[in-house]
Amino acid sequence: MPAVQETVDQVRSLDVDQYKYGFFTEIETEKAPKGLSEDTVRFISAKKNEPEWMLEWRLEAFRRWLTMREPDWARVSYPPIDYQDLYYYSAPKRPSELSIDDIDPEILATYEKLGIPLRERDALLGIASGGTKVAVDAVFDSVSVATTFKEELSKAGVIFMPISEAVREYPELVKKYLGSVVPVTDNYFATLNSAVFSDGSFVYVPKGVRCPMELSTYFRINERNTGQFERTLIIADAGAYVSYLEGCTAPMRDENQLHAAVVELVALDDAEIKYSTVQNWYPGDKDGKGGIFNFVTKRGDCRGDRSKISWTQVETGSAITWKYPSCILRGDNSQGEFYSIAISNGRQQVDSGTKMIHLGKNTSSRIISKGIAAGYSDNTYRGLVTAHRKATGARNFTNCDSLLIGDKCGAHTVPYIESKNSSAQFEHEATTSKISDDQLFYCRQRGLDPEEATALIVNGFVKDVLQQLPMEFAVEAQKLIAVSLEGSVG
Amino acid sequence: MALLDIANLHAKIDGEHGKEILKGLSLKVNPGEVHAIMGPNGSGKSTLSYILAGKEDYEVTDGSVTLDGDDLLEMEIDERAAKGVFLAFQYPVEVPGVATMTFLRASLNAQRKKRGEAEVSTPDFLRLVKDKAAHLGINQDMLRRGVNVGFSGGEKKRAEILQMAILEPKLCVLDETDSGLDIDALKVVSEGVNALRAPDRAMIVITHYQRLLNHIVPDFVHVMNKGRIVRSGGKELALELEANGYAEYQQDAA
Repeated sequence: MPAVQETVDQVRSLDVDQYKYGFFTEIETEKAPKGLSEDTVRFISAKKNEPEWMLEWRLEAFRRWLTMREPDWARVSYPPIDYQDLYYYSAPKRPSELSIDDIDPEILATYEKLGIPLRERDALLGIASGGTKVAVDAVFDSVSVATTFKEELSKAGVIFMPISEAVREYPELVKKYLGSVVPVTDNYFATLNSAVFSDGSFVYVPKGVRCPMELSTYFRINERNTGQFERTLIIADAGAYVSYLEGCTAPMRDENQLHAAVVELVALDDAEIKYSTVQNWYPGDKDGKGGIFNFVTKRGDCRGDRSKISWTQVETGSAITWKYPSCILRGDNSQGEFYSIAISNGRQQVDSGTKMIHLGKNTSSRIISKGIAAGYSDNTYRGLVTAHRKATGARNFTNCDSLLIGDKCGAHTVPYIESKNSSAQFEHEATTSKISDDQLFYCRQRGLDPEEATALIVNGFVKDVLQQLPMEFAVEAQKLIAVSLEGSVG
Repeated sequence: MALLDIANLHAKIDGEHGKEILKGLSLKVNPGEVHAIMGPNGSGKSTLSYILAGKEDYEVTDGSVTLDGDDLLEMEIDERAAKGVFLAFQYPVEVPGVATMTFLRASLNAQRKKRGEAEVSTPDFLRLVKDKAAHLGINQDMLRRGVNVGFSGGEKKRAEILQMAILEPKLCVLDETDSGLDIDALKVVSEGVNALRAPDRAMIVITHYQRLLNHIVPDFVHVMNKGRIVRSGGKELALELEANGYAEYQQDAA
């Protein structure tokens, strides 16, 4: 497999502790005044030309947030966040209505450095060289700067646009679904997001339509002391199918940056949503200085019968990850899946997993989680599987494996299983292993150096999950895994 | 010049109170030769193979080992592999999720790169593997499975010989390759090894039993006991050992 070889090359070409997306783009920005108050919320809403109902929705969330406490149950520790010391809105300065040619060339250059073509022409060239067509929405700090292939998608009836535009153009759809999966009151960070979210992607795939290309959003935090609060809402109407991928990067900074996103998925009868994430926020340096606090709420609602939602995530970045992409299996015969690779190195802390909530009859769910801890990191899988009284015939299969590299890191598995229904069948398997000295010796005796050997062993460990990713991203993810484990051996 | 020159090698298990296992072992191996090393359990045969490969659990306290005149003991494990040292493991290690095919290719290319050679192309590699695998009775299904995962004892040993055939080492060290093999598997493995005998390649075959040496006929047989070679001879020495056992050497050395 050439990908393995590429992984190996990548490892070799890099120095320890290198984060290749750590650059900063010099551009003029427009920010909201520092701190959080009703005025901040009004400022953001006004910037987005939002209708009154949206502002009210935000304000209600903000008032609610003031009464809430930050959660402390996760196995992570960090100094208190001063919410008044952050900027909640930062946008590149630009004319109010613009085409791709009006975008600051610096931003285009940034996305080019990240390997994301924003000009459709460039993306089309990608096809000529054998790539698949992917429509991209790029979010830079607080605003979406470009969405590609809009026209081609709209021919198929697919709506793919920044959520700030959807609020104005499709208020009925947004009103109907926004907050219907992750309620405004859901949790501290989701409520904060509801008050101050600035942009993100909106996708609606109409009845019976199979979205003709992969959709993807790239998030970039650029500005200092700025939180990113994006909001993504994806609706697959009856019989529709969509595959969506998000990627994230940020500059290297000494201070921590807050990222509190909310993603809501709704799948109606017979619809299917596949949501993949390659999360590579800046993880901080080797001593744990800087890095992104990634406090994210992601939830999918299998609202219709026979619907299916599948989460695949490759988590390699962030100083702290607090994230549990979940499925509510409401429709009868609906299916939920969660495939995860979470890698922690250096001083990273990961507390991630999923919730599978079985409400409908004959619902099934599958969880495959691979945690890899290296350096001084802590890596926790936290999962909940429940069956409601009426969820007859519910089935779950869970497999969580942890791999330790070195002896200063930790892996933890915290599964919660609750069944109120005697016909439910839940299976749970968990293993924790170490890359053994024997494995390393064996690989090295065949000619692989220690880092090549580790990358190969780890790629073998995560294979089941990598197979779930769209092909071109699987290769990307494989490289990322090798880079994340840089300096973990020897 | 000998391909491999081991002179007065002393080695102990790593650590403050590590036991000394090799106590002045000397052996010269020329290109094209096959040397069998026999001896009772605990005589240090496997330790010798690990030290040649560079396993980190041992400390060499005296003596020297050269390969083609280069100091082998100074080299990293993977450097030794690239220089042509191959160890067929007594207990091949499992690497779950990594297809045997992937592993073979990664190994071959890693070695080639270290030697400054170009990577092998995909069609060439596939042809190479197909050809060598067929001779060892290894099918496509086995090549797709994880390295040594779920392999029977015989399959593991055949897979080791396949790796050896693909990597084309200068010095093959076979550590009890016959253990766990039934008579049919022993034949297949031995034929695989014999096919690799070549004027520029040497082999050290470590075994308890004479049985293997009926199939892989050695040029020299050495008896090892308590960390030293105590007797050397031709292939007939193996037959003598088979008849009389190791008791006399153990007494001699005591």
